[in-house]
Amino acid sequence: MKTIYIIFLTLFITGKGFSQSADEAIKKVKARLEKVNDYQAVGKMKTNVIFIKAPIANIKVYYKRPDKLRINNEQGISFVPKGSVNINLNNVFLNTEGFDIIDMGKEAKSGFRIIKLLPRDENSDVVLSTLHIDEVNGLVMRARTTTRDNGTYELQMSYGRYADFGLADKVILEFNTKEYKLPKGVTFDYDDGSKKPPTDKMNNKKGKVEIVYTSYTINKGVSDSVFK
Amino acid sequence: MLLPLLRIELYKIFRRPRTYISFGAIAAIVWLVQIALKFDGPAYIDLLLNNIKESFLINADLKHKILNGYLICFVILNTILIQMPLLVALVAGDSIAGEANMGTLRLSMTKPIGRTQYILVKFLASVIYTVMLLVWMALLALFGSMLIFGTNDLIVMRSDSIEQMRAYDVVWRYLAAFCYAAVALSAVAALAFLLSVLAENSIGPIIATMSIIIVFTILSEMNIPIYDETVKPWLFTTHMVAWKGFFYVKTDAEGVTIDGSIQNLPAIFRSLSILLGYIILFAGTATWIFRKKDILS
Repeated sequence: MKTIYIIFLTLFITGKGFSQSADEAIKKVKARLEKVNDYQAVGKMKTNVIFIKAPIANIKVYYKRPDKLRINNEQGISFVPKGSVNINLNNVFLNTEGFDIIDMGKEAKSGFRIIKLLPRDENSDVVLSTLHIDEVNGLVMRARTTTRDNGTYELQMSYGRYADFGLADKVILEFNTKEYKLPKGVTFDYDDGSKKPPTDKMNNKKGKVEIVYTSYTINKGVSDSVFK
Repeated sequence: MLLPLLRIELYKIFRRPRTYISFGAIAAIVWLVQIALKFDGPAYIDLLLNNIKESFLINADLKHKILNGYLICFVILNTILIQMPLLVALVAGDSIAGEANMGTLRLSMTKPIGRTQYILVKFLASVIYTVMLLVWMALLALFGSMLIFGTNDLIVMRSDSIEQMRAYDVVWRYLAAFCYAAVALSAVAALAFLLSVLAENSIGPIIATMSIIIVFTILSEMNIPIYDETVKPWLFTTHMVAWKGFFYVKTDAEGVTIDGSIQNLPAIFRSLSILLGYIILFAGTATWIFRKKDILS
């Protein structure tokens, strides 16, 4: 009986410890992100989607609290994935009350804490978010967001000069794409005999966008007209 | 001797009012496409990007940027270069048969010029007319669209991929494409010219040229394995669309486009050499037949 009691007590304490760690980790991240009201960042965006052949784009990213985000290619054209609005995690962290937090413990290899966020709002487009948090530095290193309508987005972040604000120097966004097809009678393509990517590669419905930021201008004000 | 003869032939071509029908037709098509896309362009872009709009943000700003002068010119070329053989055949098909029909061919042969010289000058005049049509089209379609719609990166939508070229990397591609189109349409002119040598009135060669091009184009566009490997590679219509090859770009290992690159330049040269082969074959045969022909009209 005593043994069972000790086991229950241990489990209770450990469980409480887990949830405290999750809360602390989120608080730490939140504290960094709360320093940012708005920013304007300059960077380069590389698009890697099997059916898009595009050059590296010079982009500007605009953010304003709580959840306004826009990626602009000021000179040329860029196909921006829908999931790009998730590259900034402020909308999640500034509203942690809107989520149930589940602590999944630590990742064995990296030691990052894995936290799952379940939205309390049943109509929320986000179904589930999984965050990998570097507890020591209070930074989100990876995030996986599953949405109701637009598939799953995966984010990988690397930090440098702007880590104090929780802003990444490099973001890799992976997202789901659908197959691109137009009738040959519309395009009248020239068959130059070039090898087509293998079918299994064409069936790979994952796209990737890599943004490398060169500078951020933080809390200097961003006009609302940018987001229109 | 060739130059004065050529001048006379060009004078004959450009004196006829029907020559200007072609220039008018090109202007009409170009302006119609430009007006349509000026007012309804976003709907057109919507249609083309329909199956990626679930994955990408396709907003009004993006559509406006895509809908620039370079894309409009590409759409116009895609539309007109299929119809242009008719306009070329109108003049090239009439070149010898028209003279025979009017009874002036025999008269021309009484002048102190060789038959080879005469026929080559006639063919050269048809080629010059073709090039002038293309220059006219380039002025309206490329430079006109650049003025009306402005410039930006060029997005080319293929049946299974999207190619993007930076704005500064586009104009040379158009120049190369127009030069290629001149060779492609010269092959049409050579065919019409050959048929013109065989006929006594110009309607026959014009209709025959168009019929051959329609049948060959249908064969070129059909995806039937038995034709893909055997007939298609040798049809000149298959190679007439190779101007588009200048708008297919190479990518590096990470899928990023390389500025100034062409995906498969040897393939374009191969297509070009096949077209040149056809020009030599048609014009050579026309010359050979004309040299041996009994000119009775």
